[in-house]
Amino acid sequence: MRAFVHSLALIFSALPGLAFEIEEQVHFPALNQTAELRVISTADADLFAPFVTAFQALNPGVAVEYYVVSSSEIMVALQDEGERFDLAISSAMDLQLKLANDGLALPYRSGATASLPEWARWRDRVFAFTQEPATIVLSRADFADMELPRTRQELITALRDNPDRFRERIGTYDVRESGLGYLFATQDGRTSETYWRLAQVMGGLQTQLYRGSSDMIEDVASGRIAVAYNVLGSYAQVREDLHDRIHIIAPEDFTTVMMRTVLIPANAEAPAEAGRFIDHLIETAWTEGGGRFAFPGITPARLSENASLRPIQLGPGLLIYLDRLKRRQFIEEWEAAMVQPG
Amino acid sequence: MWPFHAPPSIRRRLTLQLLTGAAAMALVLFFIVYSFARQIGAESQDRILSASAASILDATTVQSGDISVDIPYSAFTMLDNSVDDRVFYRITQDGAGLTGYDDLPSARQDEGTHPAFDTVTYRGEELRIATLARRVSVGGTPIQIDVTIGQTRDAQADVLARILRMTVLLGLGFFAASALLAILAARSTAASLSRLAASVSRRGPQDLRPVEAEVPSEMRPLVTSLNSLIARLSAALTRTEDFIAEAAHRVRTPLATVRAHGENTLRRVSKEENRASLREMIRAIDESSRAAGQLLDHAMVSLRADQLELSPVDMRPLVADLVDRLRPVAELKDMDLRLDARADQQVMGDAILIQNAVRNLLDNAIKYAPPETPIEVTLTREGTSALLSIRDRGIGFPATGADALTGRFARGENATGVIGSGLGLTIADEVARAHGGTLAIANIEGGPGACVRLSIPLR
Repeated sequence: MRAFVHSLALIFSALPGLAFEIEEQVHFPALNQTAELRVISTADADLFAPFVTAFQALNPGVAVEYYVVSSSEIMVALQDEGERFDLAISSAMDLQLKLANDGLALPYRSGATASLPEWARWRDRVFAFTQEPATIVLSRADFADMELPRTRQELITALRDNPDRFRERIGTYDVRESGLGYLFATQDGRTSETYWRLAQVMGGLQTQLYRGSSDMIEDVASGRIAVAYNVLGSYAQVREDLHDRIHIIAPEDFTTVMMRTVLIPANAEAPAEAGRFIDHLIETAWTEGGGRFAFPGITPARLSENASLRPIQLGPGLLIYLDRLKRRQFIEEWEAAMVQPG
Repeated sequence: MWPFHAPPSIRRRLTLQLLTGAAAMALVLFFIVYSFARQIGAESQDRILSASAASILDATTVQSGDISVDIPYSAFTMLDNSVDDRVFYRITQDGAGLTGYDDLPSARQDEGTHPAFDTVTYRGEELRIATLARRVSVGGTPIQIDVTIGQTRDAQADVLARILRMTVLLGLGFFAASALLAILAARSTAASLSRLAASVSRRGPQDLRPVEAEVPSEMRPLVTSLNSLIARLSAALTRTEDFIAEAAHRVRTPLATVRAHGENTLRRVSKEENRASLREMIRAIDESSRAAGQLLDHAMVSLRADQLELSPVDMRPLVADLVDRLRPVAELKDMDLRLDARADQQVMGDAILIQNAVRNLLDNAIKYAPPETPIEVTLTREGTSALLSIRDRGIGFPATGADALTGRFARGENATGVIGSGLGLTIADEVARAHGGTLAIANIEGGPGACVRLSIPLR
């Protein structure tokens, strides 16, 4: 499979003429190319590649140019730069919704999109195709001699009781840098006051700030940090090579669940192929679940079984925390709690 | 005036008018319901928009000399709906953008806190916007905060489309029900007219009784006029018959006097040529008297036939009596009047009418047959009728149009030498018809002579 995929550019390279920051760019060639899909995405290329190759098996003529960027760079590329992309895939549901709300997404309807429940699509423009919980990843070594915290309150207690063990060894998203981190943090803050108490404790222990889940998982596994908060559970699950060194905890008080979404930008040049790709994503997510792919598909049954799962609602409420003033206030509050002088 | 070529029909016109009315009412119903629904839809969106704006204004505070707006999560989630309408907002401080979409227009508003609403086009879509304002004091300086919330109207359009479908169905249903009622109403109106027409046309040609059909009150004037016409017609007919009878009677009496004088004179006059003239005169008087008699008979027959009163009549004594009475007349012409009636035949009828008919038939036979010939009268039974046949050896009826002779004042082409009124057969025919019988006239096959057959149903 990797034979078909070759990296053209590496991390943090920027092509001339592209003002937004590209982390990785991968080309998936087609033998008799009839169309090319330009996909801008927040999902790591090696995690997403199986989706693309499965799509190409069904649509042999379509080449795919896959750009990995941060969620805020998608906004830059589509909203500010007006770059041409055929698909935007992001974990930052709020930014995706804002793109659609501001008229930067094309509507798309098909049998597959009609099969989605109402909460998994917005305005026939934003479509959810995964359900990924925000989890706590713990290092097995550091928690070998103590009980595993199952809730945020238990985590607070564990941190408070062992300040020396955890000082500078806690990691979480830098909400100023990561759109997904900001989404998780705002939803946590909205759901429970416990989040702010946890943030106070974490800030007091000089928490490390990260831009992505993968780095946090790697650092927990390597023992550099002991606790990573609000890590994408899907990224942690897929790293089976690290499972003997980490615990993946879905907090039992509430687990925020993010839905990865896809939309067709307004200036797409191959919207028909983009639509087929969306159908493919939806069908894969709903029929095959997470079995074959890195991203767990949407299973409404799981939501009803586990009452502590709190899916983020795809609706205009997401626009609130994108408000200039609201964001400034939230960041100020977050910084006051999380970034404390050591 | 009527737009169609077909003659105007009350039923069609009524149906058309009622259908037009039903269609107009269905349309009115449709527009009322639809505009009402539209208004309610618009009002409910306005209420939610202003509630959202109000919740943002409530979260606007002054913190250490700065305006702080902490937009509540519910301000936007309350705008969420099934079709995911787009949401835009703008918050300004004395007209300068504080946050939100800086190019979003605000609804023009008067002084005060009343929400202002407007419908604008923003980013290519129609937007309903609500603007709320509040004055706050920052360090003693009054500052106006405007909050504008805008939302696309897809949900409203969606609801309206559903209401439109339902309203169209409602209107169509209303129209169908009204149309059915209209057709039934028109039919029942037309039916009472048809009933009246049927009751008038069902009656026989002689029936001049007033119409008494059950009709709606609107049609009563028509029936009254009709009855008044019938009454006048009936009166005119009666007057005519009365006049004829009166005239005949008045003529016959002086004629009898003149005849008596003529006979007296004939006895006293001896000169042959004068006697011939007198005999001619007497004969002419006889004819006139006979004609007057027949006119009287006819008038009487017409009258009695109109109001026929049936009672059992024995035919044998009736015919025998007449034959006896007319035998002297026949003997004047040396004719042999023979009656052959072996069994009695009883019929239901008016004895006076039947007598009249038989007398006229015998009279005709005696008058038109040549002298010294026999006249055979037979009374028999044929099927369910009594049959009286009178056979003579006279000139017979003309070969063509024997049946035409039963018409009033019709006389055979070959009867020009004989004086007659032509009413005899008519009277007999009318009597036969009044009793449900027939009068048949024919020449005797293979020889001179005529045969008249009067047939009247048995009792």
